[in-house]
Amino acid sequence: MGIDVGSTTVKIAVLDNNKNLIYSSYVRHLSRVKETVLSELKKVAEKLDGSYSVSITGSAGLGLSQRSGLNFVQEVQAAFIAIKKHYPDADAAVELGGEDAKIIFITGGTEQRMNGSCAGGTGAFIDQMATLLNIDAPKMDELALQAEKVYPIASRCGVFAKSDVQPLLNQGARKEDIAASIFQAVVDQTVSGLAQGRKIKGKVLFLGGPLFFLKGLRKAFVSTLGLTEENAVFPENAPCFMAVGAALASYGVNEKPLKEIISDIENAGESDDIVTGEPLFASREEYAEFVKRHRATDLEFADIESYTGDCYLGIDSGSTTTKLIVITPDCRILYSQYLSNKGQPLDVVIEKLKDFYALSGGRTNIRAAAVTGYGEDLIKSALKADFGIVETVAHFKAALHFNPKVDFIIDIGGQDIKCFKIKNGAIDSIMLNEACSSGCGSFIQTFAKAMGMEINKFSEQGLYARHPVELGSRCTVFMNSAVKQAQKEGAGVDDISAGLSSSIVKNAIYKVIRAKSADDIGDNIVVQGGTFLNDAVLRSFEIETGKKVIRPGIAGLMGAFGAALFAMENPPEKSTVLGSEELEKFTYTSKSANCRGCTSNCHINVITFGDGRKFVSGNKCEKGAGLKPASDELDIYAYKQKRLLETVRGVKGTRGKVGLPLQLGMYEQLPVWAGFFETLGFEVVLSEKSSRALYYRGQHTVASDTVCYPAKLMHGHIESLLDSGVDFIFLPCESYNLDEHCSTNHYNCPVVAYYPELLKANNERLSDENFIMPYIDLNMTKNTVLKLYGIFRKYGVKKGEVKKALKEGFARLESYHADIRKKADEILQKAEEQGKQIIVLAGRPYHIDNEINHAINKLLTSLNLAVLSEDSVFEKSGKVEVNVLNQWTYHARLYRAANFAAKRKNVNLVQLVSFGCGLDAITADEVRSIMEKNGKLYTQIKIDEINNLGVVKIRLRSMLAAIEETAENNG
Amino acid sequence: MAESKKTDYKNDYPVWDKSMKSTHKILIPDMLPWHFLIIQELLKMEGYDVEILKNESRAVIDEGLKHVHNDTCYPCLCVVGQYLDALKSGRYDVNRTAVLITQTGGGCRASNYMPLIKKALSAEFPQVPVLSFNFSGLEKKSSMPITLSLMMKLAYAIFYGDSIMWCYYQTKPYEMAHGSSDAARDRAVKFTVDAFARGKYKNYKKINREIIKTFAAVERNGEKKTKVGIVGEIYVKYSNLGNNRLVDLLLSENCEPVVPALMDFIMYCIINVVNDSRLYGHSPFIAFIYRQVYKILRKIQRVIIDQFNEDGTFEPIHDFGQLRVLADKVLNQGVKMGEGWLIPAEMAALAETGVKNVVCAQPFGCLPNHIAGKGAIRTLKSLYEDENVVAVDYDPSSTKVNQENRIKLMLAAAKQNMAH
Repeated sequence: MGIDVGSTTVKIAVLDNNKNLIYSSYVRHLSRVKETVLSELKKVAEKLDGSYSVSITGSAGLGLSQRSGLNFVQEVQAAFIAIKKHYPDADAAVELGGEDAKIIFITGGTEQRMNGSCAGGTGAFIDQMATLLNIDAPKMDELALQAEKVYPIASRCGVFAKSDVQPLLNQGARKEDIAASIFQAVVDQTVSGLAQGRKIKGKVLFLGGPLFFLKGLRKAFVSTLGLTEENAVFPENAPCFMAVGAALASYGVNEKPLKEIISDIENAGESDDIVTGEPLFASREEYAEFVKRHRATDLEFADIESYTGDCYLGIDSGSTTTKLIVITPDCRILYSQYLSNKGQPLDVVIEKLKDFYALSGGRTNIRAAAVTGYGEDLIKSALKADFGIVETVAHFKAALHFNPKVDFIIDIGGQDIKCFKIKNGAIDSIMLNEACSSGCGSFIQTFAKAMGMEINKFSEQGLYARHPVELGSRCTVFMNSAVKQAQKEGAGVDDISAGLSSSIVKNAIYKVIRAKSADDIGDNIVVQGGTFLNDAVLRSFEIETGKKVIRPGIAGLMGAFGAALFAMENPPEKSTVLGSEELEKFTYTSKSANCRGCTSNCHINVITFGDGRKFVSGNKCEKGAGLKPASDELDIYAYKQKRLLETVRGVKGTRGKVGLPLQLGMYEQLPVWAGFFETLGFEVVLSEKSSRALYYRGQHTVASDTVCYPAKLMHGHIESLLDSGVDFIFLPCESYNLDEHCSTNHYNCPVVAYYPELLKANNERLSDENFIMPYIDLNMTKNTVLKLYGIFRKYGVKKGEVKKALKEGFARLESYHADIRKKADEILQKAEEQGKQIIVLAGRPYHIDNEINHAINKLLTSLNLAVLSEDSVFEKSGKVEVNVLNQWTYHARLYRAANFAAKRKNVNLVQLVSFGCGLDAITADEVRSIMEKNGKLYTQIKIDEINNLGVVKIRLRSMLAAIEETAENNG
Repeated sequence: MAESKKTDYKNDYPVWDKSMKSTHKILIPDMLPWHFLIIQELLKMEGYDVEILKNESRAVIDEGLKHVHNDTCYPCLCVVGQYLDALKSGRYDVNRTAVLITQTGGGCRASNYMPLIKKALSAEFPQVPVLSFNFSGLEKKSSMPITLSLMMKLAYAIFYGDSIMWCYYQTKPYEMAHGSSDAARDRAVKFTVDAFARGKYKNYKKINREIIKTFAAVERNGEKKTKVGIVGEIYVKYSNLGNNRLVDLLLSENCEPVVPALMDFIMYCIINVVNDSRLYGHSPFIAFIYRQVYKILRKIQRVIIDQFNEDGTFEPIHDFGQLRVLADKVLNQGVKMGEGWLIPAEMAALAETGVKNVVCAQPFGCLPNHIAGKGAIRTLKSLYEDENVVAVDYDPSSTKVNQENRIKLMLAAAKQNMAH
């Protein structure tokens, strides 16, 4: 007998002495592992009582086997055994489980692989996405089969994918297409993250629940791998395949009467592996007192059935929920709604507004309406609302209403955590969570739902939990698996509910706010956002910070309330918002398309309203929306992109063609190597422009999931050069960057320094002949000349020529830098003349790549800002002394650029950080402290493959609003 | 135009001064229990009041999480957690306590633990100075003065610690009488410390022979067990706190853990300076000095290896010269940030001695490990048939089951390879 206890299901297989399957079962355990296993075994006992050799397998079986003393087989191993028996001719197998993804290569070197700790692409991920679409997995499967197009969705992890899916939903993309895109993301993740360069070919077996039940997913796998019908095998007994394997592995294990096996499992003790904390409330009285205190900040209601007069409408179209409120001039609530978007925010708003008009029976007059949130643009233009305001402004306005002395606001919504510090009546700093830790709020909700519980009920249970479990705070994917583990170890719903609340709060305090101590947070704290309506979360926050806070009764509606207040303070002559009659006639259609405005080929969504007006979203620049793009005259990123390419003169070479991959360090050193090779008589061929497609081309050679996106893109650049017919590719390894004499050392980061090693080790097409990667230190000219001479001697190159060529390279680099400095001066001057704010968009040289920065520079110019880069201004600052060890060249520039920005009146800084950049975890705090010590705002934007400018836009607009306000306050 | 003056953004942190030697207790994070025990004793003999921290509860990780962003490496988080948990325990007079951390000055984040620790401590214990322990002239204002004699003592201590660890892991899985290996280990640690106390620590031939003899005397059964190598980032490779007691897990799975020596990492750091001169033409003078140090250490190491061979009971420790040769098969010795080329070199050395099952331990998101760890596995697999490596990420939020399950997969493959 084999028992497979996975993360979501229990499978049992019984084989007879001739290894024939005579019994099998498959059931979800809903985290009640032991009970389910026991009841399933009892069913077996009813039918086939006797003695068995038994083995347990599966991720949740590990603990069970340890405690019951039964034999354990690792699940991949179990699969392997079963394959050997039933499909001896298979070449490879792909297995997706609830939480893990595995690949087994059978022919051509047996190898078994499992996904790393930070990877999605599993059943739980699909369930999560289905919840997001407000459907179940089978429905999603059905939809996926009717897809017309596939959107790129970050496949690495569930949190990231969600950040990609949410905006698609908000923009009204078709659910069919999204469903198919999610499946495609799973496939991409499996192929790139697991296969890592090894081709999945030949006869492939597909195993595990999701692949058995979801046809759309199967289809995506088969077409991506390019398999034929015969070669893609979906075994009939796929769901209990591992159980069969475990059963096969049991031959030779000591036989035992089934009754004894059952009692072994029954007597298996609880594990002491889970860590628990203190209860949230010691007693019911304590809770009652707590509730009373927070009731004090509830707003009054006005009776909509009788109220006559003016009112103000505020809508907050959030990422997962829509909030709508109508208030009277004396701030009573006339009407309010807090609803899930159900994937169609616009429909929800229309429906509720109609409801309002019906209830108020024509007695009210909306004097003004304002919209805020992710869906601001869409809702505003659909409803013809009077104002669209930035979220932070809305929240601040609302908080002020409850405490005029407020100095700290924290908002935990479904997707995002936002915190603002208030100083002198203005927003002093804004902290938003990174993509990686988003979705905490809605995670509780999704989880409660999965437990078959209303969220209120779920959070109530947590209030009196005796032993809240520790669930970690990195991200919801990690939390999810921690919860599962805790459940398997026997933690109750109450303990998990309380544990989740505390995890979310810890995430907010230690990751988003980065508070060093409670005093950092302030004394007049207003907490808001739907998540804080959960008393367990609120209590956790008060315990963790040791402060009493204000949570308004309308905590979930604060954005909408703030918008309504804004509308009230700035009433227009006459509101343009759709009236009752216009609303009845309102219709719209949604269509997806590709923008042909430029080579970016953005995926866009066009929504056409009933009156013929159009709304375009998904575009990176104004061109997509049919507008004239902002001039790039004051955008040094645009200038650098152009100027850098000009360092290649395009000389036809006599000695051959060299390929230079334009990524990572090459973004800085291209002038050197272009000059060097062209002078030597080689034709310089650059890799193709970065794009998502290029990334996919090299994805199969990516060795590490968690490396930064620029590094991952490098693999595509290499592929493009290999396909372009160059004689060799040149990419040096450099521990040391150029010494700019302003830091303790001048290293490159480990990834930039040694990435060629990784490329060579993981791309079969690269060899010593076609990939030249010398170790050089450009500060040591003599040595470099010798090295390069040693390499290129075989092309008949003389040492003197090498020397001359390198000199030419450095000359080109110097003139490139000089031109950038000149352009920076010009931008500074012109911006000043035109009264424009300047943003130093500070990152690394390779951050000028539009695929990496997602055209944030264009977004900035469209917001009427001038854009400079770190390398264009750092020399305008003197040296700086920092707390950290200043030992990387690019970072030394960063600190000086920050010092420059911090001290100029009309200049601000936005730091671009690539996700996974371990070094920036250190520099970011330092840059922040440079800015803040000079009384300036610090803004950081984390970028990855996710292409979601919506969040970035909100962040930038919040920053601008805060800068403006500070400027006004200062006179 | 460009300002010429320097802008100073440095915070005022307390610094260590010499007078504190007589007033302050110095806390040291735990990494290698027996090495550090010897070092603790020898530093005491030098007049420092030091204590190796042994706290490992979940509270340690929680304190770490509170004060160090979890995008920063896990080791930093563990170390900060240990300090804060200890300082809050009430066992120390916080006004008379300092903490010590090593810095290599290499190009990865590890050299930045020092400022991160300062920042973390300043929030709650602004009076506690952080003492740097480095050979690179960093943090001149607040570092432990390292004399040549102290340096040599430390080197010997590490050699002895390595031999004890190396023999212990080859004895423990096979001991006939339960606890006999532990008793041997305790005896070995004790006579090693005694040698330092008596000023006889330089007599490495005698001491090392004694260590081998002590362990060889433990009665062992001749069972055949799966050998599993542990390589990776230096802290999570060795530290029980960092790797969730990986060694214990392997022992409980009926395996023999093979943990390469700490001295290899020291020599790796030294030879990197020599390599910089060879690769890039950096100062030949400095390289010359480092090479002399290297030669001294190599000489001792060779004698130790010879002793292992003469005795014949145990597999000898790795030969560093051989490690360099093996590294060249996989990647260039220029890969010198973090543990760099040492990781694939150790994996290769393990494979050469028949240890093809390896746990490559690294903190989640470790930069150098993208290249030298995960990035090099493919090459190693092409060099050694049946090479069976699992890369395990350690992180405060990743679950133990997740790590364990991956290790089990590696072990399952190991057993299968052993069978055919």
